[in-house]
Amino acid sequence: MEQYAVEMLHITKRFPGIIANDDITLQLKKGEIHALLGENGAGKSTLMSVLFGLYEPEEGEIRINGKPARIKNPNDANDLGIGMVHQHFKLVECFSVLDNIILGVEPVDSLSFLRKKRAREKVMEMSRKWGLHVNPDALISDVTVGMQQRTEILKMLYRENDILIFDEPTAVLTPQEIDELMQIMKNLAAEGKSILFISHKLNEIMAVADRCSVLRKGKYIGTVNIADTTKAELSRMMVGRDVKFAVDKEEARIGGEVLKVEHMTVASKQHANDAVKDVSFTVRQGEIVCIAGIDGNGQSELVYGLTGLESLKSGTITLCGKNITKAPIRRRSRFGMSHIPEDRHKHGLVLDYSLEDNMVLQRYFEPEFTNSAGFLKRKAIRSYAERLIEQYDVRSGQGPITMARSMSGGNQQKAIVAREIDKGPELLVAVQPTRGLDVGAIEYIHQQIVAQRDAGKAVLLVSLELDEVMNVSDRILVMYEGEIVGEFDPKQVTVEELGLYMAGAKRMEVEA
Amino acid sequence: MKKTNNSLIRREGVQTLLASLLCILGGFLIGFLVLLIIEPKGAFEAISVILKNFFKFSSGRSQLKYLGQTLVRTAPLLMCSLSVLFAYKVGMFNIGAAGQYVAGACAALFFSLYFKAPWWVCILVAMAAGAFLGAISGALKTYCNVNVVISGIMLNWIMLYITNMVLSTDGVKNPMSPYTIQIRGNNPQGLLPQLGLQSLFSNEKSVTIAIPLAILMAIAVWVVLNKTKFGYELRATGHNFHAAKYSGMKERRNIILTMAISGALAGMGAALLYLTGIEEWETTISSVPAMGFNGIAVAFLGGLSPIGSILSAFFIQHITLGGSYVDTTYYCAQISSLISSLIIFLCAFVGFFRYAIQSHLRKKDEAKLTKADAVKGGTDV
Repeated sequence: MEQYAVEMLHITKRFPGIIANDDITLQLKKGEIHALLGENGAGKSTLMSVLFGLYEPEEGEIRINGKPARIKNPNDANDLGIGMVHQHFKLVECFSVLDNIILGVEPVDSLSFLRKKRAREKVMEMSRKWGLHVNPDALISDVTVGMQQRTEILKMLYRENDILIFDEPTAVLTPQEIDELMQIMKNLAAEGKSILFISHKLNEIMAVADRCSVLRKGKYIGTVNIADTTKAELSRMMVGRDVKFAVDKEEARIGGEVLKVEHMTVASKQHANDAVKDVSFTVRQGEIVCIAGIDGNGQSELVYGLTGLESLKSGTITLCGKNITKAPIRRRSRFGMSHIPEDRHKHGLVLDYSLEDNMVLQRYFEPEFTNSAGFLKRKAIRSYAERLIEQYDVRSGQGPITMARSMSGGNQQKAIVAREIDKGPELLVAVQPTRGLDVGAIEYIHQQIVAQRDAGKAVLLVSLELDEVMNVSDRILVMYEGEIVGEFDPKQVTVEELGLYMAGAKRMEVEA
Repeated sequence: MKKTNNSLIRREGVQTLLASLLCILGGFLIGFLVLLIIEPKGAFEAISVILKNFFKFSSGRSQLKYLGQTLVRTAPLLMCSLSVLFAYKVGMFNIGAAGQYVAGACAALFFSLYFKAPWWVCILVAMAAGAFLGAISGALKTYCNVNVVISGIMLNWIMLYITNMVLSTDGVKNPMSPYTIQIRGNNPQGLLPQLGLQSLFSNEKSVTIAIPLAILMAIAVWVVLNKTKFGYELRATGHNFHAAKYSGMKERRNIILTMAISGALAGMGAALLYLTGIEEWETTISSVPAMGFNGIAVAFLGGLSPIGSILSAFFIQHITLGGSYVDTTYYCAQISSLISSLIIFLCAFVGFFRYAIQSHLRKKDEAKLTKADAVKGGTDV
């Protein structure tokens, strides 16, 4: 038993109405890269929260380096040498890279004055040793996401953690940065660090892991050696059935122009530069145009400008022949624009409203739902909501009167998709419509989007997931630092090629 | 778990009521303790006097008369609590209700005494004055991102001194005292009509249509918030400003409008008190009248429901007046305010008690479920 760094044996954690972890066993060998694979809601996060002492399991035992351990809070986990790079980095934006690394374990002299010089030497030495290139004096807000992640890794190494957990580390990286990270992980493992790699991306697991444990719906499915398995087998273990990786769709039948954006510039809220710089493009009937790019390259602001959440600095927007550059949000909506927002909790739903009230969020003022005296037609709202729930298979505890807050993420998203599509839009703007959803819900939402296109509507899809970009779209526009740097046909471009454009390494001139 | 337990305690309304009662009980216990510490001899009697209020009078006639007076002062308190809860439903904490109440008093008294305006004009200008003050807070919030609590507190004081100044005008203030002159003698048509209501309360002069008017307003607020398109928009704006904007609501206009309506309710509250002639404005006061602040406690004690507010406003007014009868041979004169404010303070804990009840129920459920799962062997999810 000496060879295991972490053993979580027969862990069971229940919540009311659900068993989040049902008799799960996870054994991480010293010096290996062990992948933890599972869909959203499979119990990965719960298991990690148990490891970090945030939840106490009802049953089961945790052993660290062969010794039983009682972990009551994250500090205990830290003392045992367990460190984690979170999916959303835990960094202080206005501190330098070095300050972030030493945060909490600052080297001080006897009078409690900071002694940063020693820390800097140690960090620089680690940086050289592991190939983790960082600029210790740059502010976190100024460095790339890749460097922010390397800072997080150095944070763990500076604390001399031997057990490193990476939670979905590649979601924010370019393909090239992902390759670098894979190499770093291999180097770390070769030096004797034990790595737990949480992911649902099969390619990456196949490329880097030694073994893989799979969870499904809170249950432990099994552990396999990567050398002896295939992608197809892993996905079958994860989902419980064969998964189609491609989206079925017919040839696009492209019609007239629906949306025309000319020289759009949107100011940034964070810094002095414009977030969107002189962008022009069109979307036509019956096509899905996808805006690809790494998070934070102006896609969000582009959508804000387009949908009216923010005003443009310059440029014009034409929807179905009408100039809507200065139109308020409601008029855009009535002219035929539907918007599945990026952040369903911030924009998409009123979480403390019932499902039925959320279903009419864009239409409550129409005569169908409000009488001339200004009173809501409750019965009409109820039957409308019931129809959408039925038609789009939105599942919830109490039907139309369920509080939106208590619904699962997938069903919240389905409710928004139902509302926006049922409005019968000419243009559907969908921003990361499948973020954080499981495979089943993703398939469903992709089908709905493709159905809109086949019905002759125009679709503008903004996505960070390259698989989604390649599978769903009819035309790809790549955004980099607020500009469109390339336009592609998904059938004629490779992921690697797209990656070069997304990272700013290549660009082409796109005519408007 | 599809099956839901429908026992009484799981209804939200019942939980709120229970939490409110717990608050009241806690307030009385602490108040009693304080009395015991100061002077054990009179403690029991004092606390019972506070509880009894007008019941301490032996004759039914006096009881009715003082019940009438309690109700007269309940009406403005109810209006202030409606003001607070209306803004609260839209996501703002209108501590400025106190100042909007003062603005209403200023406008109502000035129009009544200086211009000899009839009562309904006075109510309308009081509402307009409160609305104006509320709208300032709302506009500061939407255009300059000033928290309404900060602007509310500032405006409370500004309005207090403006009111003292305005009501010191010749012909409004009594030259012999710091008080404004009486409406009763100087502008009889400025008094709220009684419509015979006084006969129910031993001909108490101050009983007017103010009481039913305030209750009607409570119902109106409930209808607007829960049944209309306007209320739907306002609550959406309050719950999630960003979603309101996303769905094309005029979220900025809604916030200013909400504060204006909230202010109008508080302003109307002041008119409903001063236009009964029960008291005059003291032009030398240097503290904002507590009515608006007590409205906050009333709103929370009433579970933030307009209908609940009717009951809680009566209760708070009941103990406030009851406090004024506490025997001052054992206790100093301020004791009444101390005790009633202790109770009012505890009333702000309704949310806390409700949360405690809910989490207790949840824990019970969880324990039951875990047991059930263990028996079943933890099958399906």
